Amino acid sequence: MVLRGPNGAGKSTLLRVLAGLIPPLSGRIDLNGCGHKNRDDFQEMIAFAGHLDAIKPQLTVAENLRFWADLFGSNAFDQTMQDFRLVEISDRLSHTCSAGQKRRLGLARIAVTSRPLWLLDEPTVSLDTEITAQFTALIDQHCAAGGMALIATHIDLGLNSSTELYLEALTRKTLQSLPESDPFLKGDWT
Amino acid sequence: MKALLIRELRLALRSGGGAGLGLAFFLIVVILVPFGVGPDPKILAQIAPGTLWIGALLACLLSLDRLFQTDSEDGTLDILALSPLPLEMLVAVKAFAHWLTTGLPLVIAAPVLAITLSLPTETYIWLIASLALGTPALSFIGAAGAAITVGVRRGGLLLSLLVLPLYIPTLIFGAKAAALASGGGDPMPALMLVAGLSLFTVALTPFAAAAALRSHLG
Repeated sequence: MVLRGPNGAGKSTLLRVLAGLIPPLSGRIDLNGCGHKNRDDFQEMIAFAGHLDAIKPQLTVAENLRFWADLFGSNAFDQTMQDFRLVEISDRLSHTCSAGQKRRLGLARIAVTSRPLWLLDEPTVSLDTEITAQFTALIDQHCAAGGMALIATHIDLGLNSSTELYLEALTRKTLQSLPESDPFLKGDWT
Repeated sequence: MKALLIRELRLALRSGGGAGLGLAFFLIVVILVPFGVGPDPKILAQIAPGTLWIGALLACLLSLDRLFQTDSEDGTLDILALSPLPLEMLVAVKAFAHWLTTGLPLVIAAPVLAITLSLPTETYIWLIASLALGTPALSFIGAAGAAITVGVRRGGLLLSLLVLPLYIPTLIFGAKAAALASGGGDPMPALMLVAGLSLFTVALTPFAAAAALRSHLG
């Protein structure tokens, strides 16, 4: 599923809410029959890639990915290193890598976690066309294997089959009609 | 869990990590004291436990504000929150790594520095014991403080204000244990209290820090 909308429409916020990082103001999220309130089981199913690549500049490329592979208990480390063409730069310190190489490392983390739902926020920023095509193929492969992916993007990825969700930019009026969440402002505690 | 601990230690030891910082600060403070107070061995021996403890406490504080902040800035914290490792465990591992890279070197360096403060030799064992039992409390209380101030830019000042009052009991009993030993008293009760404080904070602060991190993410 592809998520579209102008800057500031709330694409990233929606992805963070779906990842269980921000509690929703109202409503509930169900994933394979598991509600978002059941946080541990819910988040076990999610791989999230935000604007930031979660890379430690002092560690080498391989050390960065190895850490995530170990933490998520994955054995796909070698395969992922090859898929994302990270093998040739595996011994480089991450802070010497280019923006595109860092992005590749950030996305490799998604593949290494082997979780069913991928939440991707602008995944193709600073990737070259060849890698973008490869990554698109990987998403198709993931979805064909029964996985899900929700991608916020401005470009046309050319995925095999995808639905589009368009977020309108929030106007002042819609903001005012949102439920008030601060108990102090609501006057509950006075 | 092991992966996280190894990563933390590796990060601390690589350039830009905080491992050497606390130790260097500790050395400087303690070495400067005799110059400021004068070389009288009697006075120095009397203030030695307090000086060493205050030095250790401030050295610990120095590297704390980066404990969660770097992870928050580069997006690592989001991913760690989604990892199979509970946030409470994450905090505990990070605080433990902080102790290994900051607290433990201080414990090892303390007896060497105690020589410059002419602390009686038979007191060393008590000084080491009090620091070894007390510094985990410094790291774990500090972790809670660092988690609360993680969203604040340059949160070091706020962190110090939050954490220093909580450090005071550890400081009092830790320094007292070493001072009692050098003054010929029984250091055991004070030492037990320090150990108790450490166990208490190790057990409780990960939960407080994890709650703070969750509210920061949201």
